[in-house]
Amino acid sequence: MTTEMQNEAEIFRGTTEGKTVFKDTRSVRGTPRKGMPAFVLGEELAEMAKTDPRIVVATADLASANRTNDFKDVHPDRFFDFGIAEKNMITAAAGMAASGMVPYVATFASFASILGAEQIRTDCAYPRMPVRVIGTHSGMSMGFYGSSHHALEDLGMLRCMADLTVICATDANHLRAVLRASADHPGAMYIRLGRGRDPEVYAEVPDLTIGKAIRLREGTDLTLIATGSQVRAALDAALAMAADGIGVRVVDMHTISPLDRDEVIAAATETSAIMTVEEHNVTGGLGTAVAEVLIDLPRLPFKRHGVPDCYVEVGPPAALYAAYQLDAPGVEAVARDFIAGI
Amino acid sequence: MPDRSNVNIAVLEDRAKFIRTETVRLTKIAGAGHYSSTFSCAEILSALYYAQMRIEPAKPDWDNRDRFVMSKGHAAIGLYPVLADLGYFPPAELDTYTRLGSKYGDHPDMKKVRGLDFSSGSLGHGLSVGVGMALAGRIKGLDHRTYVMLGDGEISEGQIWEAVSSASHFKLGHLVILLDRNGLSIDGHTEDIMAIEPVHDRFASFGWDVQRVDGHDLPSILAAFDALPRGTTGKPQCIVFDTIKGRGVKRMEMSLDWHVGNLVGEDYDDVMAELEAGLQPYEPEPAE
Repeated sequence: MTTEMQNEAEIFRGTTEGKTVFKDTRSVRGTPRKGMPAFVLGEELAEMAKTDPRIVVATADLASANRTNDFKDVHPDRFFDFGIAEKNMITAAAGMAASGMVPYVATFASFASILGAEQIRTDCAYPRMPVRVIGTHSGMSMGFYGSSHHALEDLGMLRCMADLTVICATDANHLRAVLRASADHPGAMYIRLGRGRDPEVYAEVPDLTIGKAIRLREGTDLTLIATGSQVRAALDAALAMAADGIGVRVVDMHTISPLDRDEVIAAATETSAIMTVEEHNVTGGLGTAVAEVLIDLPRLPFKRHGVPDCYVEVGPPAALYAAYQLDAPGVEAVARDFIAGI
Repeated sequence: MPDRSNVNIAVLEDRAKFIRTETVRLTKIAGAGHYSSTFSCAEILSALYYAQMRIEPAKPDWDNRDRFVMSKGHAAIGLYPVLADLGYFPPAELDTYTRLGSKYGDHPDMKKVRGLDFSSGSLGHGLSVGVGMALAGRIKGLDHRTYVMLGDGEISEGQIWEAVSSASHFKLGHLVILLDRNGLSIDGHTEDIMAIEPVHDRFASFGWDVQRVDGHDLPSILAAFDALPRGTTGKPQCIVFDTIKGRGVKRMEMSLDWHVGNLVGEDYDDVMAELEAGLQPYEPEPAE
């Protein structure tokens, strides 16, 4: 169990606040207003919007789940709930952008990216509209809600679209940095978030340049290139391996497109092997993007680690992360096997 | 604003003719083009751009200009000549239409076409764009209108009805649908392929004000525009224009064969001569 994000009790717990009177203190209702520390989305955008009149926020009937409510509380005139109509929301955001606004539209990643793929491409990326589509609860973080609510394909689908920046937020402070960097970033962006309880990697808001990876740890035996939820797991795996004298470099490859090719090349030339780690289908995502860089370089041992090309089993998130070796012990085990076989 | 002191019905008829003849000319450059979908909306486009919209071609980025979204993007071939004629870009650029490197393709690209308010081509998206433009205008305290031209077959796309709901919900009284009700989609009559009637009632039941007029009769078109309310709230506005697909060229009128085509040689000359003579009374082909 790496972190609190894999504590099942935390994941879907609602709130005891409200009118309902419970007889048992363990009962809960609805969605919590607090308790999702990584969902600083609404409050950060609200702060930015105080000095940036271009910022508008919209959601598709998930204002509570993704905490865009926190924006609505401060800027009700610049918040729109489009109801369960994601395509309309994304395209309308493009329309707002064409009239000078910078819209941030948030919904579950499965719907933002897969349902909204054509709207992202044709209405946001192609006309270079500064729309920020925010996919929350990405990967398999919805757990037993099932594959309809998982987004294990979004990076692969979206990174092949031209003029679309694809970026994974790592934790709360990283998300703040991404949002601050996004305000004046040209063109459309897809920002991928976890489920709001993502473990901390950055104790402070990091210096962040979109398109430039962050090297979190040095080592020469292996580089773990991770993104999003897997950065913490990769760091913890590296720490554990260091105890055995295995030096592992860890790279937070937050921007999937455009990829930081230089950082991949540095890993290929300065370390002995590379393994990518992502909460995504191994087909098409970070691992594939890194492989596309490596294919032009002299060969070195390389492995992709992620969800095998399948729809995952039903299960609580913590159980799924363990089952697919995407928690810290799992990443460590896969990495050890990999370098042992070199 | 362009000087409109001399604009009258005869001028608008002439510009509708110009839209049709330019469509035929540009199609010849391309080797294929959307004649009939453009002919059905020629009078609407003429009235909109030469008499109705608040625009300043010298300032295409003017924040409080009226917007137009050509959601049925395949009719862009009729819009480009209008934009050139109004001075957004040199008319000579039209001669590059669809050739390698041209700014002007069959479906329009706002990043290349000066004066084009949004890109289009994938049907069903344009009304959502209009919703966003209308919302942005309200946030900014502007009072411009946003016009969105929809094809009748296009409104089978589900996203249209997401947008129809949201426009009503957000009270976008400054958003105007121009529905080109020309009766045909590619495979046949809309009522045979995927029925949209009673289209008036459909929009009305979603909370829109709906007018229905003859889309080739310029006084009726102008009257419908005049009846639009001012302000940036209230019921969104829909004008259903009953039109004839292919209007103006006898062989194309209500024909399924001319959604896309190419006329050369004597056929080109015949059609140009027919268009120059102006609209003749529409006579439906007797049923076979």
